[in-house]
Amino acid sequence: MKLNFPNLKEQFLKGTLGLTLISIALGFILGALVLLVAGFNPLEAYWVILKGIFSRPKYVSYVIIYATPLIVTGLSVAFAMRTGLFNIGAEGQFIVGAIVAAAAGYFFKLPVGLHAAVAILLAMTAAACWGGLAGYIKARFGVHEVISTIMLNWIALYLSNFVVTLESFGRQGTGKTYAIQKTAYIDILGHWKRSKAGIAFLREHPVLWDVLKSPVNMGFIFAILLAILVWYILNKTTLGYELRAVGFNPDAAEAGGINVKRSMVISMAISGALGGAAGAFQVLGVSHRIAKLAAMEGYGFDGIAVSLIGNNSGAGSVFAGLLFGALKYGGSKIQDAMQAPTEVINIMVGTIILFVAMPKLIRLILTFKGRGGKS
Amino acid sequence: MEAILKDLGFLIGTTLMYSTPLIFTSLGGVITERSGVVNIGLEGMMFFGAFVGAAAAYFTQDPWIGFFCAGLAGALLGLIHAVACVSFAAEQIVSGIAINFLGPGIALFLSRMLFDGATQTLTVPNKIPLPLSFLFGEGKLFPSAGVMDLIFNRFATVYLAFFLVWLVWFVLYKTKIGMRLQAVGEHPEAADTLGISVYRIRYSAVIMSGFFAGMGGAAMSIAVVSRFSNTLISGHGFIALAAMIFGKWRPQGALLACLLFGGAKGFEIFLGAKGVPIPSSILAMLPYILTIVILVSFVGKTTAPAAIGKIFDKSGK
Repeated sequence: MKLNFPNLKEQFLKGTLGLTLISIALGFILGALVLLVAGFNPLEAYWVILKGIFSRPKYVSYVIIYATPLIVTGLSVAFAMRTGLFNIGAEGQFIVGAIVAAAAGYFFKLPVGLHAAVAILLAMTAAACWGGLAGYIKARFGVHEVISTIMLNWIALYLSNFVVTLESFGRQGTGKTYAIQKTAYIDILGHWKRSKAGIAFLREHPVLWDVLKSPVNMGFIFAILLAILVWYILNKTTLGYELRAVGFNPDAAEAGGINVKRSMVISMAISGALGGAAGAFQVLGVSHRIAKLAAMEGYGFDGIAVSLIGNNSGAGSVFAGLLFGALKYGGSKIQDAMQAPTEVINIMVGTIILFVAMPKLIRLILTFKGRGGKS
Repeated sequence: MEAILKDLGFLIGTTLMYSTPLIFTSLGGVITERSGVVNIGLEGMMFFGAFVGAAAAYFTQDPWIGFFCAGLAGALLGLIHAVACVSFAAEQIVSGIAINFLGPGIALFLSRMLFDGATQTLTVPNKIPLPLSFLFGEGKLFPSAGVMDLIFNRFATVYLAFFLVWLVWFVLYKTKIGMRLQAVGEHPEAADTLGISVYRIRYSAVIMSGFFAGMGGAAMSIAVVSRFSNTLISGHGFIALAAMIFGKWRPQGALLACLLFGGAKGFEIFLGAKGVPIPSSILAMLPYILTIVILVSFVGKTTAPAAIGKIFDKSGK
């Protein structure tokens, strides 16, 4: 037994999962400390958050709705990260996807299902170009993708604000566009739940009714499918192998006959398409329109956090996205319930990322404890 | 002629005003990155500085105390970044991202605690002063609202920013400590063998960059405007970061890039005031497009410090 124990611990520490879980725990501890210092009961606050996530079916659906765009932007960042590129531009790609999805949803007249599919594909294509542009600028001119994507984020934001003012698209004076056609909606049972038969049925089934009160939509299912797709491309295809090889060591990849420049463009294009998909799901499933942006909404930046906490993997992004979505939604409730600032969530997320960045520190703490135990 | 001069004066004046917060933050970027530590957390440091600056200026009624506290607030986040990156070999970009969550998180948390649950502060009683205002007005050296007034009657932070550009340039290129900083950023192992403490220099540089970014935030919240709000910084730190790279990691280059961004903002306001029928969002987009075009056509391969982002471990692991 005594011999096995250190081995187990070593196993746990070698894997990134263990380090991530410890980082998350430390994030919660620090969040509790911050609340405590500010004069709130952290246990009460966490209880409120927990209840705010799980105590009603509606809350759970809201968590999923909050998590969906974060999972997909997380996938976008993760894909680029695995191929050695840092995509700060998921924010702008999200915006471009949202613009295109809102336009396709409003201007096109297509049957149900096809309409949404066309809108999503167009949004992903446009955002792929947006992301691919950053890849191309890096490959061709050597401009770092962090700089070009920061610029492209702002261009996208102002483009969105410009589009909203267009007479044929924006409702004048409201700062919003017209709502997309109902045929482009991706909400689940949306038509039925508002019909007479639907309302009659739902009165008999309160749990389902509660779930459907929120704008539940297909976005989450699409997000899972995209996560599987990302995993498949990266791990099971030649393309994915090449892209990862470039991320791991561009010089070696080049020597091995891989076209590094082409890989950069493809990688950023796929990453961009994912960011655009997130924007499309948000518009088609939740907001149904776009509105003037006073500032960055942060979906792309939150995606960076999701990707980092999820160890830049498909499955990791899903779990980290759900965690982040749950904290964001549940955390918003401590404001009303006990006047505790909801921003404690940002502090927690920041702390988690900080510790994720420092595996050396965590290993040090644990080995120190281990030594203390022995003596 | 008088009207054209006045327009020009207005344009230059607003450019100076809007460039200033970027200049402070961008200089911070130069200092840390020349020592070899990437600091993408400038945004979070600027955000935190903007809040602390406004809050301290509100409670003490003294803008300069606010300004100094803002620097300290940024430096505190700089310390966290330094501990992570220098002592614990953290991935520098990841740590910077963490700072970008922590800075706004702590700022808004404190804002809600101190200002009745609001995510903005109250208006500060005294903004950063206009040091040259005694020169302008009736019976003074220059008439008020004339071209000299429009250009030179600016907040003290504007003059301080320009002075700091010179100071950072001087320290970086003309002093021993600056040479050491550059050596650490270019080749830490060689610097280490020459007896330069890589850790100490990097710690100082990262903390100093936080101090500059914090001042940049306050230059926004207690000079350009007179309070902090949660959308006030919204990406300015990232623009300052881009300006630093745009300026090829040199203080004078960063200054020019910041003036470009500030100038575009000034131009947008100018055309808006003139009622020119170009949509403001298209105008607002221009500096970012211009940056990409300039980077693509003139700058080419960027010339980052050689050891940037690389972890230095004295034990050679």
